[in-house]
Order: sequence, then C-alpha cells, then structure tokens
Amino acid sequence: MLDLKKIRADFPILKRQVNGKPLVYFDNAATSQTPQQVIDVIVDYYSNYNANIHRGVHALSQEATDKYEAARHTIQNHFNAKHAHEIIYTSGTTESINLVAHGFASILQKGDEIIVSALEHHSNIVPWQMLCEKIGAVLKVIPMNQDGALVMAEYDKLLNNNTQLVFVNHISNALGTINPIEEIIEKAHQVGAAVLIDGAQACPHIKPDVQALDVDFYVASAHKMCGPTGVGMLYGKEAWLNKLPPYQGGGEMIAEVSFDKTTYAGLPHKMEAGTPNICGGIAFGAAIDYMNAIGFDAIANYEHELLEYATKSLLEIEGLKIYGTAKNKTSVISFNLDGIHPYDVGTILDKLGIAVRTGHHCAQPIMEYFKIPGTVRASFAFYNTKEEIDALVAGVKKAKMMLS
Amino acid sequence: MNIQEVQNEIIEEFSMFEDWEERYQYMIDLGKSLPLIEEQYKTEDNIIKGCQSKVWVHAELKEDKIAFTADSDAIITKGIIAILIRVFSNQHPKDILEANTDFIDQIGLKEHLSPTRANGLVSMIKQLKLYAIAYQTQLN
Repeated sequence: MLDLKKIRADFPILKRQVNGKPLVYFDNAATSQTPQQVIDVIVDYYSNYNANIHRGVHALSQEATDKYEAARHTIQNHFNAKHAHEIIYTSGTTESINLVAHGFASILQKGDEIIVSALEHHSNIVPWQMLCEKIGAVLKVIPMNQDGALVMAEYDKLLNNNTQLVFVNHISNALGTINPIEEIIEKAHQVGAAVLIDGAQACPHIKPDVQALDVDFYVASAHKMCGPTGVGMLYGKEAWLNKLPPYQGGGEMIAEVSFDKTTYAGLPHKMEAGTPNICGGIAFGAAIDYMNAIGFDAIANYEHELLEYATKSLLEIEGLKIYGTAKNKTSVISFNLDGIHPYDVGTILDKLGIAVRTGHHCAQPIMEYFKIPGTVRASFAFYNTKEEIDALVAGVKKAKMMLS
Repeated sequence: MNIQEVQNEIIEEFSMFEDWEERYQYMIDLGKSLPLIEEQYKTEDNIIKGCQSKVWVHAELKEDKIAFTADSDAIITKGIIAILIRVFSNQHPKDILEANTDFIDQIGLKEHLSPTRANGLVSMIKQLKLYAIAYQTQLN
C-alpha cells in the first residue's frame, strides 16, 4: 500500500491552484512532476559543486564527476545493464533514437528493411523515414487492431532475412497499450535483426531488465519518471555501441587529436561529445532512487487500481468512447465525447483546474486509423488519487453539458 | 459601426457575465448558432493549421471593404471566430491593419490568444491582417 498522504507531500506543485481550483494533474504521460528530493539535488548541485566534469584537476570538478558517474551506475543498476559504459547519457528519448538512427546510416545498405509499429510516437517514425530515404532502405509497419493492440501475426509476415532493425515502443503514449516486446525481440533475433525499444512511456510504470529482455537498445527520458527535462539515456549492448560511429564530434569524445587523425575515446565517452547536462544526469539518478524507494510493484498495482476506477467511472458517461482497450495497458485513458471536439473538452477541464492532454499526441497515424482529429488523454501517476478522478468525471460531465 | 465601436459593444456584452462559465456558454452558443462559412470555401487552401482545431478563413472584397467568413471544427474556437468576424468583417483594409485585439483580453479570453494555445487563433488574426495587406495594395 502506498502512503498517498506522504507521497503527495513530496510534490510541492500538487499544492498549487489553477484557475482558482486545486490542480488535478493528469498529464503525466507528457511529463511527470518532480518530488522535493529531486529538486533538492538540483539545488545542491548548483549551490555546492557546480563544475565541469572529467577534465578538472580541482576538487569541485572531481566531486561533480563522481556524482555524475555514480548516477550512471544507478541507471545501470536500475535497468540491469551489464556494464556502466553501456549507459549513454543523452538529452532524452528523441536524441537517443536519433543517435542510433545516425549510427545505422553507416551500417545499412540499399534494400535492407526496417520494421516499426503502427503505435509509434512521431519521434520513432521520422528518424527512420529520414534514414530510409537516405540509404534506400524499406520501412515496414506492424499494423494494430481496433483495441489498439499490435497484430502479431502480421509482424511474423514482415520479418525476413532482409530485416535489419525493429523499432517498437514498450508502451504506446497515445493509448497506453503495453506491447509484447519479449516476443518482438525474440522473433527479430531469429532473423538476425537488432531491436530498439522506446521505453519513454514504460519507465514511469515498470522496471525493465535489459539483460533478461536481451534487447539491443533501450531508450528513456528522465522527465517522465520524476526527473528533470533535457536528460535521458540510451542503453546499448556493448558490441553494438562499439560498432556504431560517434554521434557528434567535440570535446570529451576523443582519445587523441592531430590534424592527420583523431582516435575516439572508449565507451561511453565516444557517444557523449561536449559538456553534458551534468546536473540533469545527477538528478536523473536521484529520481530513479526516489521511485525505487516507493517500489515499482507498489506503483504498478496502485496505478492499475486508478485505471480500473477511472475506466469504470468514465464509461458511465453516455456517449463517451475510450480508445485503446487492449488487455495489457498502463494508466492512460484516451477518450472522446460523441460529436464533441477534444480541444473543447480540454479547454473546459482546464478552467476547472484539471490538466489533460488533447490532440493527436504526436501519433497521427493512430488518429488516422480511428478517423478522429485527436482525443482527450488523461494519464495517471502514483501520486494521483481517486478523488481527483472523481473531479475529472464531474468535469467531463460538465463539459458535455456545456458543449452539447 | 467602426472596429472600435464593435469592440466596445462586445466588451459591454461580456461585462454582464459573472463568471467564466457564463462567458464560455455564450461563446459556445455563438459557435453553435452561427453559419460562418459556405461549405465550398472549406478547402485545404483556406485552412489555417493550428496544432489541434482546424480553422478555415475566406475573404472577399466587397467594394472597398473586406467580408470575412470562417469556421472551425472545435466549438469554442468557432465562438471566438464568430466574435473576431463580427469585429473585422465589412471593414476597410486600412482599419483592419490598424486595429488591435486588446478587447480579447478585456472580455476574459486572453488565454486563447497565447501562441502556445495552439488553437489556430493567433494564425487566424495574422491571416486576416495578411488579407487586409493584400486588398489594401489592390485598392491603391
């Protein structure tokens, strides 16, 4: 059981009012809120040991380097990577994906095939489209069904000896569907393809074990799991990261430089050119510690309770349709009211202090599939309550009354 | 009525509402009741791509004044459009160019004109002014 009162007290933002009403924050799939414990780490960094890392001889630089590398170990342990140098700090999921796409541009050849899923976020579609255009590779898509689940029989048909890469999100940001990534990874490996799993939406809810999954690349963002924005990570198997060329040139990523030849540094520095987001990396570690202290099993159980409660309560509203009804899903509800634009519903909810997301959630192909302009998306975190869900339901009813 | 007079009239109407609910209900009713644009003008060319709700704008010069019609697929956006059309339609291009939109703030709808709102309204006002520039050039 979670101690909700204690947890909510950790998040200063939950005390504020919006439009004269207590804030109800249900946009967690876009970004999570930050607990005081993480805020304190950020303040401590800038107050006490702000310095550039890895190259300073002085005490502050050493302290910052130690904390930054300790956070890398925290991330390594959390995802159960074999080596700390398999964890590459990035600015977030999007950069992690682009780093891999950039690397594969020098590996793939014309006629090679890449598979993505119909549930992808734009950030996991566009880089591969750009890559395919550049080298003449072919992009194929695993379709989804009416429930918003992937049609795995179709995936089997797409795989062949030309398949080099498979990219799928662990959990869909628009619908909350949990994809069968174990099966996806295993089958891809059978034809010799590498797999990248976008874990941006999964990491706030579950603790992935990259070795058990045997996944080649796994990416995540700190800001969706109680950390700050602008920092994230790429996990890559050592062999793959060694094979990929550096992403950017600059300081930190070199071993020796002359005008004739530059030799690159080893992992992880080869992929981390320039001064990184030092404070962000350290705070990312603190965020992971915070979530682990609460416990991912307890988080998943409680969020499942919230999801069931919200689903049941919302479906009692006549004319409300939920998109994404796959059996395995996380605490995300995408819905529309019959004949009412999601933007209008979101606007009324905002006036009531309730923060939801409206629109296509950067997943236009999904909206195209359902033939809708977008949805209202309420996404719950472990610090939300049933009382807040009651406020949402009352708000949706009010919106329906005003708008119909 | 000139633009300023129409704006004053709208400000006066809105001053009678006591809270946001009444203001929004009024806009929603405006959005529902007004036929704003002929179907033939709801074309891809006339669409202003906001991030979420679609907005269409059509302009015609009638003698020396511009007649605007517009529409949106979201009803609150449509209500605000109805107000903008009331202010800017059947006015001289020069007056449209010189007009400001401070009245939006005064009737408590400022948040809809924030660029981050992504409802296409900022782009819509820009589009109305672009038409005014074009027709102004034509009239000279």
